[in-house]
Amino acid sequence: MDTFRVLVVDDETDFLETIVNRFQKRKIDATGVPTGEAALELMKGKPFDVILLDVKMPGGMDGIEALREIKKIQPLSEVILLTGHASVETSIEGLKMGAFDYLIKPVKFDEVLEKLAAAFEKKNIQEQKIRSAKIQELIRFPGRIFDQEKGKE
Amino acid sequence: MKRQLYANLRRKIVFITLAVAFIPLISLSVIIYYQFAQVFRNKIEEQIEYRARAQGNAIELFLKERTAILLAMADTYTFDYLAGEDNLGKVFQIMNHRVGGFIDLGLIDSSGRHVAYVGPYNLLGLNYYSQPWFGEVESKGVYASDVFTGYRRTPHFIVAVRRQESNRSWILRATIDSDVFESLVRAAQVGKTGDAFIINREGIYQTHLRFDGEILSKSNLNPIIFGEGTTVLEKVNREGRKVLYAGRWLKKNNWLLVISQDASEEMTKLFKTKRMEIIIVVSGCLLIILTTIFTTRLTVSHLEMADRKMNELNAQLVHADKLAALGKMAAGVAHEINNPLAVIAEKTGWMEDLLTEEEFKKSQNFEEYKKSLRKIEEHVERARKVTHGMLGFARRMEPHLEDVDINEILNETVTFLESYARTNNIAIEKELETDLPIIASDHAQLQQVFLNLITNAIDEIGKDGLVYVSSSRINSDIAVSVRDNGQGIPKEYQARVFEPFFTTKPGGKGTGLGLSITHNIVQNMGGTITLESEKGKGTTFTVRLPIVVPEKK
Repeated sequence: MDTFRVLVVDDETDFLETIVNRFQKRKIDATGVPTGEAALELMKGKPFDVILLDVKMPGGMDGIEALREIKKIQPLSEVILLTGHASVETSIEGLKMGAFDYLIKPVKFDEVLEKLAAAFEKKNIQEQKIRSAKIQELIRFPGRIFDQEKGKE
Repeated sequence: MKRQLYANLRRKIVFITLAVAFIPLISLSVIIYYQFAQVFRNKIEEQIEYRARAQGNAIELFLKERTAILLAMADTYTFDYLAGEDNLGKVFQIMNHRVGGFIDLGLIDSSGRHVAYVGPYNLLGLNYYSQPWFGEVESKGVYASDVFTGYRRTPHFIVAVRRQESNRSWILRATIDSDVFESLVRAAQVGKTGDAFIINREGIYQTHLRFDGEILSKSNLNPIIFGEGTTVLEKVNREGRKVLYAGRWLKKNNWLLVISQDASEEMTKLFKTKRMEIIIVVSGCLLIILTTIFTTRLTVSHLEMADRKMNELNAQLVHADKLAALGKMAAGVAHEINNPLAVIAEKTGWMEDLLTEEEFKKSQNFEEYKKSLRKIEEHVERARKVTHGMLGFARRMEPHLEDVDINEILNETVTFLESYARTNNIAIEKELETDLPIIASDHAQLQQVFLNLITNAIDEIGKDGLVYVSSSRINSDIAVSVRDNGQGIPKEYQARVFEPFFTTKPGGKGTGLGLSITHNIVQNMGGTITLESEKGKGTTFTVRLPIVVPEKK
């Protein structure tokens, strides 16, 4: 694949800006937003491959809540939880709810990249499976595509 | 302070127990003793009184018999008949034959002249008119005299009767055999010190005494203190001994039969009982004292032990609380530091990224910048280790129970660390007991424990060495030992290695949290962790975990 589309959600703007800059320097299509609400808003219009989500954000939406909403909007996007706190319980909860992994701040940038790549790969495999399933379906029931088209309209 | 408290408690218990035991015991024994003494004394008094009465009756009977036979003789014979010496002798013989106890017999006419006499003394022709008893007989008709010396100059007493024969009166008089009479009196005496004697109304002795005191001398007993009939008295004699006296009036209250008995002699039996009782009570008291002290000591020491255990438990609780508070604080601090650290790390990384651009490469100080940035990263990494360690320390969640195979975890952990060990030329040897039971424990936490211990062992050796990992079953525990052949931990540090932030690793290499976390985890699982270390030979950490059988699903 060519580039990742990464969304970083963190209330610490210094961190947010810098990490987005570093991603972009590595030709990763990265976007940064400071709140869960903003992230959800953005995701309604634009698909992302991987979302780096700070679990603990003061005020507004909390990380776990944001994760739940994200999974509703873009179920195939992989979420990596980011935390300054070793709230293992929260992380475990997050993992149960479908997060790909979690990282404890401060984290080495290389590690982030590794995790991103792994998450991206998983997403690709997942999409591949879906695609091949659709193809299989098409082969078996060619008429279905029209039904779907109809449904969309 | 505490010791004082226990000593006080012990004293109080001993005192109360002894008081409760002693007061009834002693009062009971005293009361019983006095009751017994009273009964005993009453019995002695009864005995002596009985003896006095019985013997008194015998003496009265003796005198009555003598008087009766004398009266019978006087009534039977006439003055003229009796005036014949032979006839009087015959009568005397009859009297002595019938009742006995007479010494002599005399016939006296109304003028007091001794007309006829049979007996050992030469009293014939003497005139008794002036003798005190003569008047008594004249007026009363029958008379038994007190003891007197009379013409014969020896103490004796007489019985006399007066006979009115038509126009003249005469008197028949007989002397009682003192030996016979006194032996009768003496029959009442008992024991080694007892005595029996007779005194008259004036307190003059009428019989011989067993010990001191002469017949016809004045007794120190005042007869007036003896009441009617038979009376028992207690008096202290000259030697200061208590003497019991039983007195019985005889002869129409003219004579008093006195039986004396040393009270103490009779009481010796009681004293024996008393001694025995005292011995029993004293030994009983001693026994009570000993048992009380013993049981009290036992009880209080049990109490002390229980208290100590409770205090230890409390101390542990306080310690655990402190650790929990410390953990929370550490977590808070770590979080606050982690965010700025993350920013620093990213900014540094960004700067490094920028340095790769051409314009910077040309810069004179390019290498310096690069080096500085690397240093910043290095120190961020150092700080990160500390904060992450603190977070791990704060992680005090309850163990999450699952079926755990200790050997499996050890194998995983060793495999994970083998490459790290090999780079330092350290071999890891395992000796795992097969067939260890599966226990209910927390896989991840145990992994952390073993990881910490083995990493520590590797770090402790540094380069070239051997780490020896073993597992075994000891009673109801599983024991896991991690041994290294490193430098060993100095004695003074051994007690502190489990304290948070205590480290012997040089230059900020360790956070001082690894063993503390390990200790916490093991303790939360109900296990123990101990170390043995000898300088120069190495260190062995042993974790003992209770075998908790997983619930069957």
